[in-house]
Amino acid sequence: MMDLLQIFLNESFWVASLRIATPLIFGVIGALLCERAGVLNLGIEGIFVVGAMVGWMAVWQGASLWMGVAAAAGAGALFGLLHAILTVPLGLSQHVSGLGITLFATSAASFLYRTLLPDVTSPPRITPFQPMDVPVLSDIPFLGPVVFQQTALTWLALVMVGVVWWVMERTPLGVAIKAVGDNPEAVNAQGLSVYGLRIGAVTAGSALMALGGAFLTMSAFDAFFFGMVNGRGWISIALVIFASWRPGKALLGALLFGMFDALQVRLQTEAGAVVPPQVFLMAPYILSIVALVIVARRAEYPRALLKPWFRGQR
Amino acid sequence: MIEIEPRGEISRTARVAIPVAAALVALALAALPLAFAGAPIIPAYAQMFSGVFGSVFSFTEMLTRATPLIFTGLAAALAFKARLWNIGAEGQLYLGAMATVAVGAGAIDAPPLVLVPLVMVAGAAAGGLGMLGPAWLKTRFGADEVVTSLLLNFIILIFVQMMLEGPLKDPMGMGWPQSEPVVDAATLPRLIDRMRLHAGLIVALAAAVVVHVALARTTWGFRIRAVGENAAAARHAGIGVSRTLLAVGFISGALAGLAGVSEVAGLKGYLTTDLSPGYGYSGIVVAMLAGLSPMGVVLAALYVASVFVGADSMSRAMGVSSFLADLVVALSLISVLVGGFFARYRLRFTGRGRAGT
Repeated sequence: MMDLLQIFLNESFWVASLRIATPLIFGVIGALLCERAGVLNLGIEGIFVVGAMVGWMAVWQGASLWMGVAAAAGAGALFGLLHAILTVPLGLSQHVSGLGITLFATSAASFLYRTLLPDVTSPPRITPFQPMDVPVLSDIPFLGPVVFQQTALTWLALVMVGVVWWVMERTPLGVAIKAVGDNPEAVNAQGLSVYGLRIGAVTAGSALMALGGAFLTMSAFDAFFFGMVNGRGWISIALVIFASWRPGKALLGALLFGMFDALQVRLQTEAGAVVPPQVFLMAPYILSIVALVIVARRAEYPRALLKPWFRGQR
Repeated sequence: MIEIEPRGEISRTARVAIPVAAALVALALAALPLAFAGAPIIPAYAQMFSGVFGSVFSFTEMLTRATPLIFTGLAAALAFKARLWNIGAEGQLYLGAMATVAVGAGAIDAPPLVLVPLVMVAGAAAGGLGMLGPAWLKTRFGADEVVTSLLLNFIILIFVQMMLEGPLKDPMGMGWPQSEPVVDAATLPRLIDRMRLHAGLIVALAAAVVVHVALARTTWGFRIRAVGENAAAARHAGIGVSRTLLAVGFISGALAGLAGVSEVAGLKGYLTTDLSPGYGYSGIVVAMLAGLSPMGVVLAALYVASVFVGADSMSRAMGVSSFLADLVVALSLISVLVGGFFARYRLRFTGRGRAGT
């Protein structure tokens, strides 16, 4: 018990929690934006991989870190646009199209990696984003290091939550996006473009997802490895349901998840001798399933989620 | 303005022509990454073709590769028919593989006529339970089976690691995390001398026939289709929707479990964590290319296996990354989806926008 308390009182635990939560924050708000507009985006896992690959590769080829971030977001947006075209005007199965995007994006990223770096056994390293040491603020006890010694991408994630919240809750655009996910016919009757809103939301959401991947290779680590995304996209999809499609709750869900993950790493070092390490590795996935089961019955899915809408029918 | 209007019934010809066209389009699109990689395009295609059809050995290698894909393709096709999204075939495959070594690696001493069926039943049951879980969470709690079955893949793979470093570890494995080898009596026989092709293919083909007959000719198959087409109407007609979904989940998982049995007892002989290069996920592509038809799954599995084996051979000969195969397979899925759209709808170009629809 004392050990647990000590973990919680240690600021490095909270630094780690926020760091682990960062890619999920990007993933959850990205998925939220897509689903709020009525489109499930199972391409998320592959878009994470593309973001991770492209951002890092761009920097290694000589781009600046922020240009790498932009490249990652652009690549994610492209795959999102493809998913949007397949599922919105063509009205194809969102499940199957999304899985297709994940397979396509993952294999494209892997092919690109192997083609540009045919002979390497271990990927070249870049100089990633460094913790932002803000004078004065970083010296605030506890809160200083936790919030102000993160990298710029963690800040960007927090800012994006605010932006998405503001757009969704405070702007006419947000009202339209939510309406298109609930009742596209009504949106159409108002003279707004259902296709335009949905395609825009999915493309923007996918760009955010790709930033989650870029964080992995450009901040958390300094190189691209196969399998490094490791289900973070799928976990984000579970967290969106857990967050009832609300940006604030999405942030909370991702942070809670980051805390649990940081906790399991620390427990692993303490209990490693008694319990096999794999038990702890499984924890995040089990936790996601449990969270999903708890909220499933109460979940209020966007009413038009998964339902294609065609112009001029009905 | 472009308008979309339904065509009504999809013709038999279209049903065959679309996946074939999709496969050809995907293969043609592979020219772009080939050019990007700087490979000579025509020789690369020729190498891919001869890498599959060039010798008896390469052809049997393709059939060997198709075997697990038939199983996972059937798993996806059956579940998708009932609109149960089993995306967990990869994990279920590993569950089947684990059961195979748990039963067949020396724990039970019996003649092949007993042990081989026993291993299959154990593997199928293990895989079946692997999908019964998500199906139950769906029917009991309304938890989305897409996410639960996907996340289970990760849990199961970590569990396999744990078992291979613990109870299932081969003490003679020189420290490698691999299981003890399957005993001879539990091994699926080879079909041709000096080739790796094994009896798993026969089992896979038999499974395709069984699933086909069950879906097309039995009331159970009728119930599955009814649940898939309209669950609310099926419930209204007195069909036990939850029971049907649980049964479909179990059998779908069992089929994926058999892929694991066949890979371990027929091909590799023991279990490692790299047993499957994503057969569970490729099975989804196979099922979609097949239009969810069980006999179509066999043909689609042959195509996907040809892409993998052909691209591997081309990759070795020309130094192009073998991820090309994954690209072609993914593009096939997207192409067949788009093709399905044009089979169901026709685009009409009208001169002016319509008001007040």
